[in-house]
Amino acid sequence: MNEPNTLGASLARSGVSRRSFLKFCTAMASLMALPPSAAYAMVDALNRAQRQSVIWLSFQECTGCVESLTRSFDPTLEQMIFEMISLDYQHTLQAASGEAAESAREQAMKASWGKYLLIVDGSIPTKDGGVYSTVAGISNYDMLVETAKGAAAIVAVGTCSAYGGIPHANPNPTGAVAVSDIIKDKPIMNVPGCPPIPSVIAGVLAYFVTYGKLPELDHIGRPKVFFADTIHDRCYRRPFYDQGKFAKTFDDEGARNGWCLYELGCKGPTTYNACATIKWNGGVSFPIESGHGCLGCSEPNFWDKGSFYKPLAVPLADNATAITAAALGGIAVGTVAAVISRKHQSDISKEK
Amino acid sequence: MSTLDNINVKVINPLPTQQVDGLSGNADAVLHEIVALLETYTTTGEMGAIDLHSLPLTPADYELLRATLTEGEVHAHINAIGNSDIHETCYPGVWWLTYYNAEDDIVAELLEITSVPQILKAPEEDMRDGLARLRDRLTQLE
Repeated sequence: MNEPNTLGASLARSGVSRRSFLKFCTAMASLMALPPSAAYAMVDALNRAQRQSVIWLSFQECTGCVESLTRSFDPTLEQMIFEMISLDYQHTLQAASGEAAESAREQAMKASWGKYLLIVDGSIPTKDGGVYSTVAGISNYDMLVETAKGAAAIVAVGTCSAYGGIPHANPNPTGAVAVSDIIKDKPIMNVPGCPPIPSVIAGVLAYFVTYGKLPELDHIGRPKVFFADTIHDRCYRRPFYDQGKFAKTFDDEGARNGWCLYELGCKGPTTYNACATIKWNGGVSFPIESGHGCLGCSEPNFWDKGSFYKPLAVPLADNATAITAAALGGIAVGTVAAVISRKHQSDISKEK
Repeated sequence: MSTLDNINVKVINPLPTQQVDGLSGNADAVLHEIVALLETYTTTGEMGAIDLHSLPLTPADYELLRATLTEGEVHAHINAIGNSDIHETCYPGVWWLTYYNAEDDIVAELLEITSVPQILKAPEEDMRDGLARLRDRLTQLE
């Protein structure tokens, strides 16, 4: 699968015109809020780049993250990411099985030692010697430690590999942990979500192939380009929150009018993700747009934070003054977030 | 009989009143940025671009931009991984680019300030590939 040729040449061979490629890069730059000029820099860098060797390990997971990326509604654009990488091992997608599959992983590690990107989905069980999940007789723990040694960087795709996710939820019978709980000496980027938005996975991979490094991360390892704002900050129902208009049940007048779902347990205010802007299913909608609050699936321990339908424990008084104060506070927070994203945007534009 | 005027109505509105025209001021800012970018291009030849997708534009802002930057002389259609629509506005050198995916959703929308947008120019490498293909075709015909 490894080609000594440049990415530009291999794209041309597979019938992708350079115009298509420029279009792809422009869409990716726009998605990551990079300045439009970054698209030309991306085309330039990617044309000269080699295809990036990627080893993808799946541990305690449901394959939802792989489904999210490979079954995205926009195959022509997002799946172009597969033209940019050489996916050397992914046991769900690869044709080889058994020993042939494992030897593909070993060969890829040897051929690109120190340079390959390691993608992990699923948490790693640590209880009882890690017996609860094994691949080819090797425990997830051992395979992660061994494969991480030669990786240039690690991308933890999905909430399970990023923060432990559902396997980690109380009472955590398998002793499941995140990648960053085990690997301490490699750059690790967390792309949480259950599953993550496909364009977000594609976007951060495109960034790594272009710049040869991970994008700027926040305090829990998430790329700021996609995780700088909360769902609440960018929610189209936000004006109703500011006006104190809330749905109280799922079938009342407020719900029918599309008012804020805060009192129905929406976790939008404490969830950092891009659902409200990029949306799902090719930009069709996102959960709040379908009338259900955000579950906060991209946050650590989201499963153990009480009922999905219990309102967040933030003082929300029933008199207008307090609501206004809360709303104004919210606006101030939103403004700060916007300033931070803009500052970050200018940082990125300097990197090219 | 009391008239409507006699009814005591007290309006308490602690929130800032919404602008009636629905404009956020961002359309105006974009138009001024175009002026600056046109000035740069005409003096230094350096192209400029504004990504409309990443700006918080209200529907009214968007309408104002559409109404100000009406269609000019050139309109081009590109068919590469979905459609792309490119037209010059009534201000020469100000181009409006809309990129769609295969499902016709907009994936990028930008204004470019340049003589010809990059995406309209035939890339040299593709031209060389095309040359080789045409040569092969002629050899087969012989």
